[in-house]
Amino acid sequence: MATTMQTAARRKIRPFDWRHNPGFGIFSLIVMGFLYLPLAILVIYSFNANRFVTVWTGFSLHWFSRVANNGDIRHAAWVSVLVGVLATICSTAIAIAAALGFERGGRFKGEAAANSLVMMPLVVPEIVTAITTLIFFSSIGFHYGVLNLVLAHTVFCVPFAMLPIQARLNTIGTAYEDAGRDLYGGEWRIFMRITLPLMVPGIMAGAILAFVTSLDDFLISFMVSSAGTTTLPVYVYGMMRLGVTPEVNAISTILLVISAALALVAFLISRPNEAGAAASAATPAATATT
Amino acid sequence: MLNKRSAYWLILPAVLVIGIFGAIPLFISLAYSFMSANPYGGVQAPLTFGAYVQMLFDQDFDGSLIFMPDYFWIAFRSLYLALATTILSLVIGFPVAWYIVCQSPGRRKVLLTLVSLPFWINTLIRTYCWILILRDEGLANKLFGWLGFISHPLPLLYNQGSVLLGLVYTFLPFMVLPIYATLERLDPRLIEASYDLYANRYQLFRRVIWPLTKPGIAAGTVLVFAPALGSFLQPDLLGGGKQLLIGSLIEMQFTSSRNWPFGAALSMLVTFAVILSLAWQRWRTKRAAAAQAA
Repeated sequence: MATTMQTAARRKIRPFDWRHNPGFGIFSLIVMGFLYLPLAILVIYSFNANRFVTVWTGFSLHWFSRVANNGDIRHAAWVSVLVGVLATICSTAIAIAAALGFERGGRFKGEAAANSLVMMPLVVPEIVTAITTLIFFSSIGFHYGVLNLVLAHTVFCVPFAMLPIQARLNTIGTAYEDAGRDLYGGEWRIFMRITLPLMVPGIMAGAILAFVTSLDDFLISFMVSSAGTTTLPVYVYGMMRLGVTPEVNAISTILLVISAALALVAFLISRPNEAGAAASAATPAATATT
Repeated sequence: MLNKRSAYWLILPAVLVIGIFGAIPLFISLAYSFMSANPYGGVQAPLTFGAYVQMLFDQDFDGSLIFMPDYFWIAFRSLYLALATTILSLVIGFPVAWYIVCQSPGRRKVLLTLVSLPFWINTLIRTYCWILILRDEGLANKLFGWLGFISHPLPLLYNQGSVLLGLVYTFLPFMVLPIYATLERLDPRLIEASYDLYANRYQLFRRVIWPLTKPGIAAGTVLVFAPALGSFLQPDLLGGGKQLLIGSLIEMQFTSSRNWPFGAALSMLVTFAVILSLAWQRWRTKRAAAAQAA
């Protein structure tokens, strides 16, 4: 009797709040630790002076300078940047047009099919994309080194570039463009003076994410690249197979910081108004299938 | 609003590029899977089902087929590891998604960024981090030794557990984000109404939240299951060759084994499994929508 009175009293004092879930905060904190601690450990180890990775002897930038002076790594980094920049330019240009078509074209026949096709690289497992691309290039006898990589990367960068642009077009809505039409602006002029300037944040975010996707790709480059066109992740994979070394830690930390910084910049530019849009800008894959 | 013809022209480059360099290669690979390997790593003409037969049977010296389950076990192991990854990600990811939804808009944004940021970091490097932690002279063994739990390093790396850990680590964000997206659209009044009708926390979850989140769970399931099934890096780096999965088996056909038709056939198998899971997702989403409408 007393206990029921007590609970009743407590209920009165604190009104029901479904947002309050004891334990969930700590659980989420642990999960965040699970996601980020391994990365932190890598970064810390990369500054270790000792040749034996797990014995800490002091802070040092020695391994970073070793990596920076390694000719093979520099060449691989150059290939990665070249492929990344070219694939970003191609995929962003394609993505701008496609985003406009999907977002401003109304409902047209075959829209759903075209959309699934463009989103296809997000759901096909990487290994399948990698070997089918390899088979394709070899069956048509297409062996042009860097160009093969640029083409392969462009394909899977298009959806990553398109989704932030599409989200941006959706947020700006058509009111400004309609106002331009009311003032007798031609379609081209409306695009150049209204739509394009408003699209810029989306385009920037899309281009950065396309570049990060290209820079991060391992498996497809691994299958498609030939002797002279080893990208940085493919080269680093080769180093990892030989064992854990301070050089691997250093180059991995560099790649990690570049990807994370670029992705954060993309999130900040796209400045989503609501959290739902943040989720979609953050993981295109999540929106692609919902 | 643009007219329909300009919409077609605008999406044409995307459709062409992805169609030619993404979809057509799938069909060429399907054709490859029905050819036979030539010793130089290419393929030759006679059409056969050899590559598919090879998945289950081996040719004896006299040419008769004998049942050989090795590849079947690889496929089975890939399937159950992918399923285990999906279930673990769901069990870990759902509470996190729910926690994020319950926060203020500002904190939501920060938490979502934190959950999605790993997605943009190289999988190769994220997987490598676990080698640093799990290997014999790695951080985990150091820590256990220092705490006095163990005298010899535990073999934490190169087993199924380490592969599973790597897979969950890599694909967890894919589960959290779609579930978050559906939870966010959930009408809070439904939750309040169920409390008014004396539902406890378990009933609220089982009867209200879970059914309404099904489309997000289905999307997350596919997003985790499909890449986990074809995973290469995690079994390769954390499984150490002992835990061969279908992804590594495919890769081997194009590098060391030089049997392209078999590799093509295996990747068609993976593609087929992914298509099945997508169909399952579509069916679940439709059913959930129908249940809500009723």
